[in-house]
Amino acid sequence: MTIRIGSGSAWWGDRISPAEANAAHGRLDFLCFETMAEATVSAAQVRKSRDPSFPGYDTYLEDRFRAVLPHCLANGTRIVSNQGWINPSGAAEKTKEILAGLGHGDVKVAAVEGALITDRIAALAGPILETGGSLSEIAGEIVSAEAYMGAGPIVEALDNGAQIVLTGRVADPSIFLAPMIHAFGWGPDEVQKYAMGSAIGHLMECGAQVTGGYFADPGYKDVPEPWNFAFPIAEVEEDGSAVLSKLDGTGGRIDRRTVLEQMFYEVHDPANYITPDCVVDFTSATIEEVDPDRVRISGISGKPRTPTLKASIGAREGFIGQDMFFYAGPGALAKARLAKRVLEERFRIVNLQAEDVRIDFLGVNAIHGPMSPEPDPAHEPYEVCVRVAARTRTRAEAEKVGREVDGMAVSGLGSTGKSVPFGDRVREVVGVWSTLVDRAAVTPSIRYF
Amino acid sequence: MHVSLRELAHSRSGDKGNTLNIAVIAYEAEFYPHIEAQITEEAVARHYAGVVKGRVTRYAVDRLGVLNFVCEGTLGGGVSRNLCLDNYGKALASGVLTMTVEIPDDLAPRLRSAQTATS
Repeated sequence: MTIRIGSGSAWWGDRISPAEANAAHGRLDFLCFETMAEATVSAAQVRKSRDPSFPGYDTYLEDRFRAVLPHCLANGTRIVSNQGWINPSGAAEKTKEILAGLGHGDVKVAAVEGALITDRIAALAGPILETGGSLSEIAGEIVSAEAYMGAGPIVEALDNGAQIVLTGRVADPSIFLAPMIHAFGWGPDEVQKYAMGSAIGHLMECGAQVTGGYFADPGYKDVPEPWNFAFPIAEVEEDGSAVLSKLDGTGGRIDRRTVLEQMFYEVHDPANYITPDCVVDFTSATIEEVDPDRVRISGISGKPRTPTLKASIGAREGFIGQDMFFYAGPGALAKARLAKRVLEERFRIVNLQAEDVRIDFLGVNAIHGPMSPEPDPAHEPYEVCVRVAARTRTRAEAEKVGREVDGMAVSGLGSTGKSVPFGDRVREVVGVWSTLVDRAAVTPSIRYF
Repeated sequence: MHVSLRELAHSRSGDKGNTLNIAVIAYEAEFYPHIEAQITEEAVARHYAGVVKGRVTRYAVDRLGVLNFVCEGTLGGGVSRNLCLDNYGKALASGVLTMTVEIPDDLAPRLRSAQTATS
């Protein structure tokens, strides 16, 4: 038996049409959506605290489901998705409403709750992984804490006949592993299959990143039609090995190189990639290009799951103020350098209280910082954008950044280009910390709709 | 001959908290031993001086021709705190490709720029 699992998104803001194409033409058994970045839950909590009408699930859930559900219903494709964010049950209710509108109000939808442990984190948290210190040493107010759950509750919901499963925080590979466990009946002691399936999930979780997205380097790594990427499809065998492919007629490419880039994405020790379901060892992988745009992955091994779950903690930590202005033509870089000096002096005069300040020249050193080579004086950049940012404890301090950039409009250097300020040039910082919590302290619960 | 690492390998970075990982992936198996011998932890730490503020740890996966560099203290305290415009450090992966590697002259025809477009 082979099952076909398609990717529907790599993040919240991902394109929707490739998900629709997979749903329509992928002959999928399962369509899986990954929509949460590390800070998604804390950002959702902050938004909810300001706007009680914010429902707390993926703001594109309706757009995604209106695009894919007609195809999934017609093709018998089941859906696993972490679009529930901080309100999986709300997401399930919304999904039921969309289903009813399509004349399929009887379709069973499950919501997996239990990832949010904000109210208990003080008691559950071990050392903070980033600092080695304790939770009490984190400055600021905790807005959210959530454990990364594994595949278990999703499998249970699928076993109980849910056609669509909506979760909160679940480890990304687990979203893809769950349909495999459900379809093949793997037992929890089948660690090698869990590892293989988790590795396939890791390759799938970033959508087009394995099908040629985020890959092109002209002349070095060329990618056909990079405006027309498909999201990947995994044809998974009972032993967890799989062929990764994409829809015919789409752009992009999938080959050994795209697979290797994605395999190591966000991985530290490749022999010990920890998920809630198992520990994956990528170092034994075999990657075969079996046909154009068809790559077979096998041979990945693993170890049993750890006794703990990773938890993310979001804490309010102050503000970042930022703004930018521009120079072009003769002497652009020299002007940018003098403008930097002006700002530094101004910040001293207005006594800016900042934990960190950064003044960069876009086109010169803004991205690679001190690694950037000094521009050749004979070929100075024609345009330079000066970008300034400061992290502060209070909003009032962060607002000084925009105020000083405003001053450059008429009291700065000649030919300073500047946007009229619009919108908020200050944003709140919700820092993300990690800890490990006892697996037994996190109890998933499933609601059916 | 000395060549840019870009001729021999491609790269991808990923973030976790304040730590960046940079995978360096050899285009050809015969390039890998030269990369492995010369693109060391110390060399990468020197190359990223001022950008990587913590420890650099290298994991070598010989079987796949990949070196994975785990660079602590690189993302300004984490993506939500980082004042760099590229707060995820996504564009830092390409920085490693400007390092140089000494290779035997007979590999010259195999260099990436010597190949025609692959698609």
